Amino acid sequence: MRHGKYPLLAAFLLPALGVYATFVISPYAQAFFIAMTDWQGLSSNFNMVGFDNFTYLLKNSYLWNALWHNILLMLLLPVLTIALGLFLASMLNVGNGTGRVRGVRGSSFYKIIFFAPQVLSVAIIGVLWKEIYNPRSGLLNGGLRAIGLDGLAKTWLGDPDFAFWAVLAVMVWANAGFYVVLFGAAMQAIPRDIYEAAALDGTGRWATLWRITLPLVWDSVQVAWVYLAILALDGFALVQVMTRGGPNFSTDVVGQRMYDVAFGEFKFGQGSAIGVIMFFLTLSVTVVALRLTRRERIEFS
Amino acid sequence: MSAHDLSRRALLGTAAAAVAAPALLAGCAVGGDNTPDQAEGQKNTKNPLGVAEDAPLEVVIFNGGFGEDYAKAHEAMFKENFPKATVNHNAVTEIGKTLQPRFIDGTPPDVINNSGAGQIDNGSLVAQGQLADLTDLLNAPSLDVQGKTVRQTLLPGAVETGSFDGKVFILNYAYTVYGIWYSTKLFTEKGWQYPKNWDEHIALCKNIKAAGIAPWTYQGLHPRYMSWPVISTAIKFAGPQVAMDIDNLQPNAWRSEGMKMAADAWYQIVKDKYILEGSPGLDHKQSQTEWCNGKAAFISCGSWLENEQKAVTPAGFNMAVAPTPSLGKGDKLPFEAVRGTAGEPFVVPAKAKNLRGGMEYLRTMLSMKGAKDFTGKVSSLTIVAGSADGASLPFGLDSCVKALKASGDKGFNWVYPTYYRKLERNLVDAACGEFFSGRIGPAEFLDKCQKGADEIAADPAFKKYKRTS
Repeated sequence: MRHGKYPLLAAFLLPALGVYATFVISPYAQAFFIAMTDWQGLSSNFNMVGFDNFTYLLKNSYLWNALWHNILLMLLLPVLTIALGLFLASMLNVGNGTGRVRGVRGSSFYKIIFFAPQVLSVAIIGVLWKEIYNPRSGLLNGGLRAIGLDGLAKTWLGDPDFAFWAVLAVMVWANAGFYVVLFGAAMQAIPRDIYEAAALDGTGRWATLWRITLPLVWDSVQVAWVYLAILALDGFALVQVMTRGGPNFSTDVVGQRMYDVAFGEFKFGQGSAIGVIMFFLTLSVTVVALRLTRRERIEFS
Repeated sequence: MSAHDLSRRALLGTAAAAVAAPALLAGCAVGGDNTPDQAEGQKNTKNPLGVAEDAPLEVVIFNGGFGEDYAKAHEAMFKENFPKATVNHNAVTEIGKTLQPRFIDGTPPDVINNSGAGQIDNGSLVAQGQLADLTDLLNAPSLDVQGKTVRQTLLPGAVETGSFDGKVFILNYAYTVYGIWYSTKLFTEKGWQYPKNWDEHIALCKNIKAAGIAPWTYQGLHPRYMSWPVISTAIKFAGPQVAMDIDNLQPNAWRSEGMKMAADAWYQIVKDKYILEGSPGLDHKQSQTEWCNGKAAFISCGSWLENEQKAVTPAGFNMAVAPTPSLGKGDKLPFEAVRGTAGEPFVVPAKAKNLRGGMEYLRTMLSMKGAKDFTGKVSSLTIVAGSADGASLPFGLDSCVKALKASGDKGFNWVYPTYYRKLERNLVDAACGEFFSGRIGPAEFLDKCQKGADEIAADPAFKKYKRTS
């Protein structure tokens, strides 16, 4: 057996490692290298410029503006998405009142509705919402006008005061469904007798969610937090489809900046430097998020 | 094949990547500098550019609004003259993604129609010395216009858009007219006259609004479309120097007297609410569709508008282009002066294997036969003078031909968007968005544009160009 073991292991591991090294590690390594050059991406000529790209970017107000939007997203997207996901999941999965442990009427139907955005690609979501936000023929303003709220009808993506929030709302909408299912699965794993005991004590839906469900699905929340924080640092695809960072840079994110600098201005050295900055940001956010949410595991016995 | 290519293949094939040093990997994206052997033949009167008769020619076409059939026709014409050559035709939608690696590798094709949203920034290609100087082509005799060089067969201003510091690197083949578009059907029905000066324009706006139609709409999410009428108004008021100063990044070029007058004038349509409500939130397709549906009377655009809107334009809409209204009697250029410019860039890479053949292909395109075929197939004008004569054109394009004729040698243009793409696409764009949605006034608008121009001027990462004519 001993002789046969290593070739077999290698046969399984090496191809996967090779693909990973070629398509993940190697591009990362190259990005670090290119970030130190003034490469312009259309010839093989470049000069090593050390940390010039980084010092330039440090003084670049467009990058700081974009970064600020990512930070806002990082603070708001996880909170809103997780809150909405938890609320909906508990409505669908955990009941009270009559002592029965199940969700509201028609919960399986709602599950499908909430999960639907998850099967759409980001590009489709972007195009779809661009039409919904269309100030003249869009669903949103149309609906507002139909119920007499003309004053609330805005130009949405055309107004720097609202565009960012409009994009944020789409991000929450697009992601909440997945976390409804994730949290729902975690809630299903909570022993029913805990809820039954709580119901006997006359606990309301709200207290059940806050004092029983949330602590028991904390692991899932933690994972969700990290995922969403990383997602918030990106946000590029949706912004690119919906606003390209406009109007007046009010929805710009770091990913969009990187794209513009590299593929619009053909400054690949600088673009890679932005990529490297994003890499470290994402890394540190992950570490911090994992640290902050670390808690004792609760074992069901 | 270079060592870098070999190592990349090896990585993929045998998955030996685990041992690859970062330095080796780093070579991949930026690596591979091939110096090609460029094919060259004997020059003679039939072959003034010295094309090697049997050298294969590779042509890459942007498969967009014009399709690819016109190019196949040009390729067939090329083959008639060089029967021994094989022509390799490719049509793609993402020029940048397809060809960037080949530029880096030093093995680009021989002719590229570098166009579309995914184009490689032409200014960057020039700045990095990747394009061939087309002067030889322009000085060669025309293929079928007797006694004239290629340059002499072109419309005024055709060459300037592709010129950088006196050398011509880009051949912009299609001729585009920029102006203000309106439906002649709507105007006839309502008895409106296209306004020739600013007072008439504002008076008409008032009438249009009273008739329950918004006088204006614009491509709100791409507000730079509105920078075109503003700059045009300024040039007509104060002369072409306005554009020259903007292109050359002169200090305070955006705050010149002409620009101030123009911005003040255009502010009136914002202030008096002559712009269709919600326009700032519409993208180009959405706003142009509102216009086609008769919700707005005027829109600023280039001559591609008719093609772009084909699917949603009602029958008998009869769109036409017109120059911007004159500010007043003191204007330096007449009302008829219109912005005409060459667009749809074709380039020959400096490292093309068949560089001579690439230029000859462009010479084929610029023949009267090639140009007439193009106009017939795609309903667009070319830079070859007189190539649209006698062709039956759609209504909008026909109005472009008439506008150009009326404009004559008074036509004008600016090129800063080619020199410094970011300045128009990002910075002036943002300023126009703020201005035409009414959040800032004319002075702040010009300040914002100037700030953008100053940023570009102060940034050594942008190669600077100067033009004198």
